[in-house]
Amino acid sequence: MKSTGQSILRNGTGWLLPALIVLVWEIAARTGLISPNVMAAPSAVAEAFWRLLLSGELVRNIGVSTARALSGFAIGGSIGLIFGLANGLSGLSRNLTDTTLQMVRNIPHLALIPLVILWFGIDEEAKLFLVALGVFFPIYVNTLLGIQSVDPQLVEMGRVYGMSRTTLFFRVILPGALPAIFVGLRYALGIMWLTLIVAETIAASSGLGYMAMQAREFLLIDVVVLSILIYALLGKLADSFARLLERLTLQWHPAFQTA
Amino acid sequence: MSVITLDQQTKPARPVKETAEARALRETPPGQWFPYAAPKPRDQDNRDVAFSFRGVSRKFGDKTVLDNIDLDVPAGQFIAVIGKSGCGKSTLLRLLTGLDKPTSGTLTLNKGAEGENRTRIMFQEPRLLPWAKIARNVEVGLTGIAKGAEAREKSLAILSEVGLADRAEEWPSVLSGGQRQRVALARALVAHPYILALDEPLGALDALTRIEMQHLLESIWQQQTFTAVLVTHDVAEAVALADRVIVIDHGRIALDFDIPLERPRRHGSPELARLEGKILDTLFGGSD
Repeated sequence: MKSTGQSILRNGTGWLLPALIVLVWEIAARTGLISPNVMAAPSAVAEAFWRLLLSGELVRNIGVSTARALSGFAIGGSIGLIFGLANGLSGLSRNLTDTTLQMVRNIPHLALIPLVILWFGIDEEAKLFLVALGVFFPIYVNTLLGIQSVDPQLVEMGRVYGMSRTTLFFRVILPGALPAIFVGLRYALGIMWLTLIVAETIAASSGLGYMAMQAREFLLIDVVVLSILIYALLGKLADSFARLLERLTLQWHPAFQTA
Repeated sequence: MSVITLDQQTKPARPVKETAEARALRETPPGQWFPYAAPKPRDQDNRDVAFSFRGVSRKFGDKTVLDNIDLDVPAGQFIAVIGKSGCGKSTLLRLLTGLDKPTSGTLTLNKGAEGENRTRIMFQEPRLLPWAKIARNVEVGLTGIAKGAEAREKSLAILSEVGLADRAEEWPSVLSGGQRQRVALARALVAHPYILALDEPLGALDALTRIEMQHLLESIWQQQTFTAVLVTHDVAEAVALADRVIVIDHGRIALDFDIPLERPRRHGSPELARLEGKILDTLFGGSD
């Protein structure tokens, strides 16, 4: 009994501060301490949420943004994974491509926005391209690092026991690189949302960022705040999903063992 | 299980790779073997040979690590290789297990009926896959030999022999150092190796676990019929376990003698202590 109570207390304490902030914020807005032109009250944000939910606008925009984020992530992530694996396993491939990739990596991908708009206009391709580019590097770098840091003693053991190259890859190298790949994955998810927000704010005709920009035009502060909160929630959701995957696949890792 | 039959003795293990020297040896009648005559065989060698080194050298750059080693080991023998660190004993083991190739000389291994290589090595570290449960780790030893239910059954059987049957579904990270090394032993033994190479496998264990492991190793070796090659820097361990001890110094075999003591041997018996002293004298250049 006591331990359950303690665990609720421990999990609950994290939400204490946000709840307090919302409370103070609401009181400050009601008493006129914060002008409605500067910041919408939490109740107004909740109201905007309800309104947009009923009109279907919110769901549509979240759907559009999520689809963009995920497809960009899938494209950039898989290319990153492929390059990471290839360069980790083959010295030839690494010599050929790594220098180039490292040079490209040092260009902030958001700096390409003007160029991307010139190339693709404000269509879907522009957003996909930017998200894919942003997601590519954390996945690539961490996959490469993961493969290079696989214990060579285990690889040698696998060879002595007559594992073929494929078996060696699936039984020894890939599982050994997985923790690092997950670090890259979680990092990439953060970059995915960041890129998408910027891209949608600057050039889009639908999506959450577009919704926020439209609201700004009409001085709908509550909707702007709502979009920001939804971004925060989506980001947290993606991170939780990655952590769940991590827990499921890295059960062997002492850091993920319960009991 | 037949380790070696006379039939394979007569035909070379890998006909394609036969060296000119080996071919000359095979085609020449024994009476005319000069200049390829093998060194005089050791007296008790009437068993089949598990492996033999003929003039094997291994150089790394200018440094000669192994210098013209000739060594025949009969099947089923427990041989211990001792030497100071850097004397080339680990290189000898790496050559034996195919992790390295000799610079010159030939190395013949007796293989199984289908020419399969059943040489296994046990390293100083357990080298278990942290992401595989204990039983799966043991099944690694059956790579290319057995799969699925058969592999599972065999690995569980060998796990119970090393006393870890109840830990089959656990992760390696929850086992102690000695237990992990026992899993590594099970993995090495599960495919019934012909030759088991042991590269200081007990070096990292505490003294008590070590003695326990020595007993386990000895009893399993007595049950199964494999040739054991134990590389160690612990002279007491070598004389306690082995039938025969060779001492390597500066890349050459400095001492090669049998230990004809009854098993089980008692730790700290005067006989063992005398042999230990003899080996230490050779290693450190003392006079007898």
